[in-house]
Parts: sequence; C-alpha cells; structure tokens
Amino acid sequence: MFHLARRRWVQIVSTIALNPIVPYFFAGKIVQAQSKGVCVPVLNCYSCPAAVGACPIGTLQHSFAALRFRISTGVIQPGLYALGSLGIVGSLIGRFPCGWFCPFGLLQELLHKIPGPKLGIPKILNYLKYAILALTVFILPAVILDAVGYGETWFCKWICPAGTLEAGLPLVAANADIRSQIGLLFIWKVALLAAFVLWMIVSMRPFCRTVCPLGAFLGLFNKVSLLRLTVDSDRCLGCGSCSRVCPVDLDVPKQPNSPECIRCLKCVKACEVGCLDYQFPLHARREETVAPADRDR
Amino acid sequence: MRRWATYSSLAVFVALLAAGLSLDEFRTAVANAITICLSCIGIG
Repeated sequence: MFHLARRRWVQIVSTIALNPIVPYFFAGKIVQAQSKGVCVPVLNCYSCPAAVGACPIGTLQHSFAALRFRISTGVIQPGLYALGSLGIVGSLIGRFPCGWFCPFGLLQELLHKIPGPKLGIPKILNYLKYAILALTVFILPAVILDAVGYGETWFCKWICPAGTLEAGLPLVAANADIRSQIGLLFIWKVALLAAFVLWMIVSMRPFCRTVCPLGAFLGLFNKVSLLRLTVDSDRCLGCGSCSRVCPVDLDVPKQPNSPECIRCLKCVKACEVGCLDYQFPLHARREETVAPADRDR
Repeated sequence: MRRWATYSSLAVFVALLAAGLSLDEFRTAVANAITICLSCIGIG
C-alpha cells in the first residue's frame, strides 16, 4: 500500500502541498484562506507565508492561552477541535505523519546527510518531549496569564525552531515593519534554530526525538493505532538489519510499536526475510523474499 | 482487545472534533491562522 521506496518523494510533495503559495514568501505576508482552519498533523507553522493549513500545536496553545479569558466572556472553546483532529490522526496512523509528511522531519533527514562525525542521542532525552508537551502546550498557556487574562503560546514563542525557519526568517527578510520589531527574543530563537541545525547534522532527527510535542502526542497512539508494525518472530533471523536503519535507534523486533517509532517503515524495507510488516486495513501481507531453506540459517 | 481500544479512541476523538466544531472552534482556528503570530515568529 505505501510505496516504501518513494518516501522521500512523498515528503517533498507534502512539503510543497502544505506550502504551495510560494510568491507570499517575497510579499512579506501570509496566506489568508479558510483552509488555514484545517489542522495538518505535522509541524508546519501557520505563520509561514505560503502555508495553507494550521499547525495543531499552535492551534492548541492559542485555545489554552485564551481559555480563561473566553470563559470569563461566556465563550467555551477548550481546544476540542484541534485535540479531536490530532486524536483521529493518531488513532488511525500514529506517528506516520512524522515519517512521511512533516517538512521539518524532511529537513532533519537532509541535514543529517551532511558528512561528518555522527552522534547518538541518550534515551533519557526522549522523555523531554512529553514534559514540553504538557508544560508548554497545555499547562503554562492556561495558567500564566497577562493583565487582560490571556496566556502565551509558550512552545511557539520560546522554543519552536520550525516557526523561526518557516515563518520568522522569511517574514523578517521580506517585511520591513516586522524587521523593525526584532529584539532579544528573535535573537534567542535564531540562536536556538542554529543550535538545532548543528545538532541535526550530527544526530538523526534530534528535534523529533527530544523536543517535538506533536510527535509526543501522536506517539502515544502508536500502540493502539490502526497502522501498526508486526514482527513474525519465527521468521526473524536476528540479523539486526532493521535496527541498523532505524532513524530513532529502536530495537525494532522488541519494540515495533514504541511511541518513538516515526513509522518511516525503513525497517520493513530493510528486512530481507519479510518478518517485519505493517498492518493496515486493505494492506496485503508481504510475500517472503528468501527461500524457506535459507530461513533455517 | 487492541482493536477495541483503537475504535474507542477513534470514537472519542471524533466526538471531540464534533464538539469543537459545534463550539465554533474552526472559525477561531481560522482567525488565529490567518493572522501573523508575532510570538511564533520570535517578535514578541
């Protein structure tokens, strides 16, 4: 069903499809279309000049930041729309969008191709993204309020390097009014983006693995989603070829549905005996790719 | 058991989405998304 060899093309097409109005990059303004109410399940800033969809993390933060103010005015909007959108995607395909559709994931994979020393990421850092999700997306925006009763979009404001790259830099470059307002916050965000870019060159997908609140949320569904990996232990040779290609350093046969798995399905492609496969409605099982006699090795 | 969890999860989030739409959250999402988010781009 998923053409594994074409994943890079799917990532490129997805990036263009999510940001198709390229002339806006030069106009210093952003697209204003009704489609921007649709939450796309990837980290693609809706302040990116060419974007035609909404970042669900940004939408959630805005909902929580305005929650108490809206309640005080009799309006109840607790972010159910964004939560529902994300939960439906998670229930169906888990973190599949991370591996196949996310423009920021594509950037990280391309940067990691730059030759040089490569480093792993301590597994303990994987838990950081859950703290970031809870604190900067849900708790702080709803709890710390200004005089009017509004909270801040903590993740977008202080952390998100995707927003800096896709929206901040293009808008600052093309819009003189915005450029005139640059301050310490912008310098902080550009420095953070630069640090992430350096980390992306030496480690595979460090942002997805340690910081991304969207990946943290979708990963919670990997164990229950309709799309899931299966391992036929009887056929597994224990050769480790699946784990060697895993971009997030999983021991794939032992944890095929880990919350860390971005569902890139590289492991399925790498498995020479076909003991790894994915389940999804309408997907036919892979055929064996080695003769039965070879399996007894 | 797992299939039960999958479809329960799906049903819950479809209900949340429907509730959000009925609370007019789509219009609010559009209003947020068509305005340049100054904090998102690092201006403040």
